[in-house]
Amino acid sequence: MERLRRTMMFVPGNNPAMIKDAGIYGADSIMFDLEDSVALTEKDTARMLVFEALQNVDYGKSELVVRINGLDTEMGRADIFAMVKAGVQVIRLPKTEDAQDVIDTEKVIEEAEKFFGIEVGRTHMMAAIESAGGVLNAPAIAKASDRLIGIALGAEDYVTMMKTRRYPDGAELAFARNMILHGARAAGIAAFDTVYSDVDNTDGFNHEVEIIHELGFDGKSVINPRQIPLVNAIYAPTEKEIRNAKDVLNAIEEAHKKGSGVISLRGKMVDKPVVARAERTMALAKASNLVDEDGNIYAK
Amino acid sequence: MLNKVNREIPDNILKDDNYKTFETTEIGNPETTYVAHNVKVTQGDNKLVDSIPDVIAKTGLKNGMTISFHHHFREGDFVFNMVMQEIINEGFQDLTLAPSSLTNVMNDMVIKAIKAGTVSHITSSGMRGELGDFISHGGLKDPVVLRSHGNRARAIENGDIKIDVAFLGVPNADALGNANAIHGDAVFGSMGYSLMDAKYADKVVLLTDTIMPYPNTPASIKQTQVDYVVKVAKVGDPDKIGSGATRFTKDPKELKIAEMVNQVITHSEYFKDGFSFQTGSGGAALAVSRYLRKSMIAKNIKASFALGGITKPTVDLLEEGLVDKILDVQDFDKGAAASMANNENQQEIDSSWYADPYNKGAAVNQLDVCILSALEIDTKFNVNVMTGSDGVLRGAIGGHQDAANAKLTIISAPLVRGRIATVVNDVTTVVTPGDSIDVLVTEVGIAINPKRTDLIAALKNVPGVPVYTIEELQKRAEAVVGKPEPLEFTDRPVALIEYRDGTLIDTVNQVKD
Repeated sequence: MERLRRTMMFVPGNNPAMIKDAGIYGADSIMFDLEDSVALTEKDTARMLVFEALQNVDYGKSELVVRINGLDTEMGRADIFAMVKAGVQVIRLPKTEDAQDVIDTEKVIEEAEKFFGIEVGRTHMMAAIESAGGVLNAPAIAKASDRLIGIALGAEDYVTMMKTRRYPDGAELAFARNMILHGARAAGIAAFDTVYSDVDNTDGFNHEVEIIHELGFDGKSVINPRQIPLVNAIYAPTEKEIRNAKDVLNAIEEAHKKGSGVISLRGKMVDKPVVARAERTMALAKASNLVDEDGNIYAK
Repeated sequence: MLNKVNREIPDNILKDDNYKTFETTEIGNPETTYVAHNVKVTQGDNKLVDSIPDVIAKTGLKNGMTISFHHHFREGDFVFNMVMQEIINEGFQDLTLAPSSLTNVMNDMVIKAIKAGTVSHITSSGMRGELGDFISHGGLKDPVVLRSHGNRARAIENGDIKIDVAFLGVPNADALGNANAIHGDAVFGSMGYSLMDAKYADKVVLLTDTIMPYPNTPASIKQTQVDYVVKVAKVGDPDKIGSGATRFTKDPKELKIAEMVNQVITHSEYFKDGFSFQTGSGGAALAVSRYLRKSMIAKNIKASFALGGITKPTVDLLEEGLVDKILDVQDFDKGAAASMANNENQQEIDSSWYADPYNKGAAVNQLDVCILSALEIDTKFNVNVMTGSDGVLRGAIGGHQDAANAKLTIISAPLVRGRIATVVNDVTTVVTPGDSIDVLVTEVGIAINPKRTDLIAALKNVPGVPVYTIEELQKRAEAVVGKPEPLEFTDRPVALIEYRDGTLIDTVNQVKD
């Protein structure tokens, strides 16, 4: 099953304390940033820090992502080579305009994999879309490489370009969110929402997470560990949803035993999408500590 | 000889100072005789004295005597420096300084008094900063004696500390010496530690900036105990006595630890209606009370009492009806100090009632859950709250050894601080023996004392609370920060660490320069 990516925590690549502790907050993905959060004078330091951390710090089950500097900068190539060598799981492209950006980056990644004798294709990619052009090209970007595990919306540059700003109701991002989500789903990869920078505004943050949860995003980018439990709480299934999912999975198991593919549960047909949704519900329930490894609901 | 926590205690100290080595955390039922103090009978007239020099003369202070102070004014204390300066000026020599503890604002004056020969012996709960540095580098000939708050009460009762003159700053007093700490500019709430001095010193001097009409009530210190009252311009700086409005930490790591501490508490058998707890101060401790509050409301559980150093968040629980009583030996912030005037359920207790191992039953013995901090904790669960990573004195025992007697004693500490491991193979200084520690909570997970098989069973499957062995946590810390070079000490002890029963649990030696 596809892994859960409810939260992708941004960690500045030049902050040793945050890099050291990034693994303790239960983020599904951790994104070490070599790009915007690192000043030009610190680019080399950050690359070395993240290179060492990826190989020496225990990040548990978190998926490890590094946002590199673009290939149009002098750092981009060095970033890719260092991160591939360190064995990063995912390289994130900044400011992706079109499919060609993905293809160009993939070439360098492949070059690095061959150079270090690493299996070609092992390094995954994701693309951040931060412009009007990128949004319009989202479906093509999402299909540009088999290495892509997801695409993400980066809203700050985008809203500026769109001559607007962030609003509480999110109307300014409605089109971009839907484009990215559809692009991702059509390609069968994950969709991540943008960051919410007012870390002390819990209500505002929760509201935004509810919007993207309802739309169907896999998860949200977070800039502070305190935002992680908030996202997880909204993505946690209800007890009713869990019970229903268990019924579906039990029914399908029974059906498989009898050699039948299609079954009905309480008069409704249980088909593939229903099963997929039930599996995701159980995965979310486990990740939210609502059920044990065997799927039994924890007593309150 | 080696004591029960494997610390080498020099034989000459055992012999010369008539010490026994630490054996056990079990106090048992020994019989003891308390010492009495000298009383100069008066009819209460003419206690009011104009100046510090006059009162020093009246007390009959002599070279070689023992003087005491309290540390309730914390970093806002004016009294200690005022009195000590005068004692130095008058050329007294060879005094023993026996305060309840020493705060940073006293450091320069203590060093001055040592250099002048005025102070030749010190017993305290702790010391930090310049003074800790000075002592650790051999600034005092004889080692300082460090005692917990409960042990100081015991030592005073048993005569190990014989206070000749106690100089006690108070926010208010009447002319006969009835005083409390809940009214006046410099309120600090509970007078807990100083009550022992008032009860056992031969001469008791109160210093205050506010003289009240007689009779001043409620009277925590009573006229029957007081020899002289001195009016001074100001006893303390209200802004530095306690921290101001309590701000909950936003540090995600502290919050993570606090949340896990709460999980440990609420999944233990002790979390039931009528339980009791002590949280202490500090970011993570305050955050615990916030999580605990939510859990108590969710499970409809109320606490019978909260103990110890008290903070506003604990007082809030009292006012919300989630805690029935507070047993209050000290207040850490203005909110907690101020509320004592209005809350009859916030009971002032002295340090004997709080934590004394040698009385007819202390409050710590009734305690279910206690959360304590640590500078270091080792794989035997021994805790150091006294010496830093450089081996220098920079802490205080406080109530650590005492409160660790709780049925569930939790140490909350980060795995590493900066580049220094908190979880180590051997602590630099054993202050609280691992026998009295039950659970260590760090940001990566918890470790349970192997002798607590009941807790291991209760906590093994708590969602979001990974359980490790303490050896695993030690290795994890070492993987992050590496193995430091061992600290280098000389053979000369600069501090003796007593266990709460007065036995020697460890010594601190002079650091090598």
